Amino acid sequence: MYLRNDQRPQGSRLALRVAVLGGLAVALFGVLFFRLWNLQILSGEKYLAEAKNNRTRSFKVIPPRGEILGREGKVLVDNRSALALQVNTAKLPEDPAEARAELGRIGALVHMSLRQVQRKIREEEEIAAGAPVTLRQDVGFDLVAYIEENQPRFPGVAVQRVFVRHYLHGTLAAHVLGSVGEISEEELEEARNKGLEPGEMVGKGGVEATYNEYLRGRPGLTKIQVNALGEPTPGGRLVEVPPTPGENLKLTIDPGVQEAGERALAEKGLPGGFITMNVENGQILGLGSFPTFEPAELIPPMTQAQVNALYRSESAPLLDRATEGEYPTGSAFKIITALAALENGVITPSTTIDDPGQLCLGRECFENAEGASYGPLTLVPALQVSDDVFFYTLGLDMWKTNDLQEWAHELGIGRPSGIDVPVNTNGLLPSRQWRDQLFKEGETERPWSAGDNIQLATGQGDLQTNPLQMAVAYAALGNGGKIVTPHLGMEIEDAAGRVLKEFDPPIRRTVHIDPAYRSAILEGLHEAAQTPGGTSDPVFGNFPIPVAGKTGTAERPGHADQSWYCILAPYPNPRIVTCVTIEEGGFGAQAAAPAAHTILEAYFHNQLEKEAANGNGEGEGHG
Amino acid sequence: MYATRARNARPEPFTVHVGIAERLGFAHMDWPLTSAAVGLVAFSVFTLGQATTHDVPGSPHYYLDRQAIYAVLGIVGMLLLTRIDYSRFRELRVGLYTFLCASVALVFVFGFAARGSRRAFELPFFSFQPSELGKLLLVLALAGFVIDGARRGSAVQRTVRYLCLGLAPAALVFLQPDLGTSLVLGVATLGVMYFGGVPWTHFAVIGAGIAGLIALVLVVAPAVGHPVLKGYQAERLTSFLNPHEHERGAAYQQNQSVVAIGSGQGTGRGNKATQTRLDFVPERSTDFIFAVIGERYGFVGAAFVLSLYALLFWRALRITTLSKNSYGTLVAGGIAVSLLFQTFVNVGMNLGIMPITGIPLPLISYGGSSVLATLLAVGVLQSINVQAHRGQRGRFAW
Repeated sequence: MYLRNDQRPQGSRLALRVAVLGGLAVALFGVLFFRLWNLQILSGEKYLAEAKNNRTRSFKVIPPRGEILGREGKVLVDNRSALALQVNTAKLPEDPAEARAELGRIGALVHMSLRQVQRKIREEEEIAAGAPVTLRQDVGFDLVAYIEENQPRFPGVAVQRVFVRHYLHGTLAAHVLGSVGEISEEELEEARNKGLEPGEMVGKGGVEATYNEYLRGRPGLTKIQVNALGEPTPGGRLVEVPPTPGENLKLTIDPGVQEAGERALAEKGLPGGFITMNVENGQILGLGSFPTFEPAELIPPMTQAQVNALYRSESAPLLDRATEGEYPTGSAFKIITALAALENGVITPSTTIDDPGQLCLGRECFENAEGASYGPLTLVPALQVSDDVFFYTLGLDMWKTNDLQEWAHELGIGRPSGIDVPVNTNGLLPSRQWRDQLFKEGETERPWSAGDNIQLATGQGDLQTNPLQMAVAYAALGNGGKIVTPHLGMEIEDAAGRVLKEFDPPIRRTVHIDPAYRSAILEGLHEAAQTPGGTSDPVFGNFPIPVAGKTGTAERPGHADQSWYCILAPYPNPRIVTCVTIEEGGFGAQAAAPAAHTILEAYFHNQLEKEAANGNGEGEGHG
Repeated sequence: MYATRARNARPEPFTVHVGIAERLGFAHMDWPLTSAAVGLVAFSVFTLGQATTHDVPGSPHYYLDRQAIYAVLGIVGMLLLTRIDYSRFRELRVGLYTFLCASVALVFVFGFAARGSRRAFELPFFSFQPSELGKLLLVLALAGFVIDGARRGSAVQRTVRYLCLGLAPAALVFLQPDLGTSLVLGVATLGVMYFGGVPWTHFAVIGAGIAGLIALVLVVAPAVGHPVLKGYQAERLTSFLNPHEHERGAAYQQNQSVVAIGSGQGTGRGNKATQTRLDFVPERSTDFIFAVIGERYGFVGAAFVLSLYALLFWRALRITTLSKNSYGTLVAGGIAVSLLFQTFVNVGMNLGIMPITGIPLPLISYGGSSVLATLLAVGVLQSINVQAHRGQRGRFAW
């Protein structure tokens, strides 16, 4: 023991301990110096790069989507900024129980159960791992204030300003516009969405989908300096690539016509659809369906009640009956029968056919509507009064050939129209080949018969078409044989209104129509619409513009009669075609023709005003 | 050296010219030690002044002002202690030890809780953390007990007695819970024992015991369902072994600290520092202040600071050999070992090679208790040095 406090410690034993400790200290300081040298001098560059990377965050700046305008430039859809509630899962509490508790709290604030919140996060993580998950698109300011005041209770929850579609005219053109939503996994893989990233917004349905590449714009990039919590630091904006706003889409839609059509359908209160189109170039002036919906309701989040009302309702408000309806047309089809018969030499305009009130085929008899009997008739009066036996006879005459089907097919019945919005169905044009095939497969109890063709000649039987296809067929009659491409997109404009691109889809095909036949049929339609005794004379008799229109009253199994009306105006050199159908509307003249009347009124009212303002007529349709 | 000068002058005792330093009692201070201590605390004030201007909104000098006040108070205390004969503390050992244990225990009753740990009293101007001063008190008291009982009982009995005396306050501090400070108390105990001549074989046994205890605490106890450490404590202690496993946990902090220091490279990033300025490194004014120095001042600054610590330790170790009595040797040894331990553990933690234990960096980390206690300890070292030289002078000059 060297310890004796009255003395200095004994030298050698203390010296050994001091030396050992000193040696240890040298070793320890050596370790620290070596490590310091290693970190700063040898690997310094790597760590500097890491530090620089650490403090920057890149934010994608979503541009406002282009506006959608009517043909005169009236804004139909623009954007408003909304506050979206987002959860950054990387910043949730580490403890799973705490994280769950927080998600539960935040869910309660936005009326979502914990399960819903978790499912939402799971879904989004699958698409874009690590990106903030938008729980709710459009939260109120009170909720934002609450979350900001209680930020410590909600780590990882942030409110982001986003653009949301704003529909200035409520339901106007709802079926045309489509909606906007986050790109889905399947959509990401589509070629047209190349270069898009998860989380970006794309059009869903309608022109939003078709013209997405113009409307969406290009996201910008902002790189900012952040602190460890990911919060931006003052003066820390590093790089900025400004977003390119989406370009505006000008539609061919005439808001006045559109509004009139929707109003006319709504007044009837029955499901139906209408289309008004320029016969020369296929520009659609109005396209609507009833019942309709508020496009704004499609902006997430949707309540269960909204989902039920939109997707599960019997009345199927999302279905565009003008483009996707599948109905028999009744007598509105007769112009096609007439064209086929004339062009194939079955009749001439002066051929007389006797109408004894019915056409019997063995034991099966086809009667005129309401038991009428008109005696001997030529084509024009047959169209005027919509004589069924006349056209039954034509159907019978053409049942062995495929002439009627060929003409209907050429005119666009039962085939894609080329319209620039997604359409899920092409309808059905019944033919010998179709029924015989079904019969072979045992799907039907009989092969093609004369009765089938007689039915088709008057737009009955298995025929399934819609106002869009009928409008194309009528337009071809009106313009002398051009099958136009119906379209809604007219121009792409930049924010200043400069035209960047015009859409003028070419004529799809041309059908040879003898001008004499064309004028005979048009005359018949004109007589039907505007001479006493004509089927729609009660509706259009007093219309100031000469028109050519055909009613249709279709029998639909399980339903009351479907009301149809197709009209070309002005007669005899039509500029526009309008087709209206109303489910269970009864006679064509009862429901559909008055609706068409409302639409034409709106159209010509606008036109007359415009021509008055310009001081000269456009000349074109007034022959 | 003053002693040398005095010896060469050979003045007559009654004509001794007493200089101002002599009068104030600073004549035999160890100036390298003083320089190292004052240099470190000055560097701390400088660093805090530059790095914490945005930490407290509206008062950019919050940390600067306070640390400067603590530094001044500490230096005054150091100078006062320099004048006192440290041997008095040996007589006061029971009182010091009682005060140490009582103040640490009272924290449980009156202390305020910070981040789940009660370790400080809230005083009007700052919060006083008794366990920091406790490091010095324990060394002073334990050294006294060791000298006192040097001839009582067998060597084993003595070793066990020292351990019990030292580990009692350490255990109290551990329960606060303050793992870091309790480790420092334990190491200070070992330091005093080391200089107290406890046989090497005992240290070997103690070392084995510590290894076993670590295994028990970190592996066995959690395995059987009675964890001794709180979850965050255990994670902090072990995460440095596999830094990439806990990207968001304790190892995340340490990774950020390593990145900060590395990014400082040779001469530092100055005010362009981002890691420590933008909160990527936590506790930048206290536990991780070395990362601030590393990032802002680079290898030059960090190596300078380490050199000052090396100087500090060297002078402290030197003083153990100069002491006029064994008590001084033991006290200086205890202080030297605890300073070395704190420095190595803290810097090692910043450099990612030691676990996160919450031990502040002596004299540099922000905090009144720590700065004050360390400067007082330096004052005790100075006192030992002064007394040693007085003794020498007495022999040679008087």
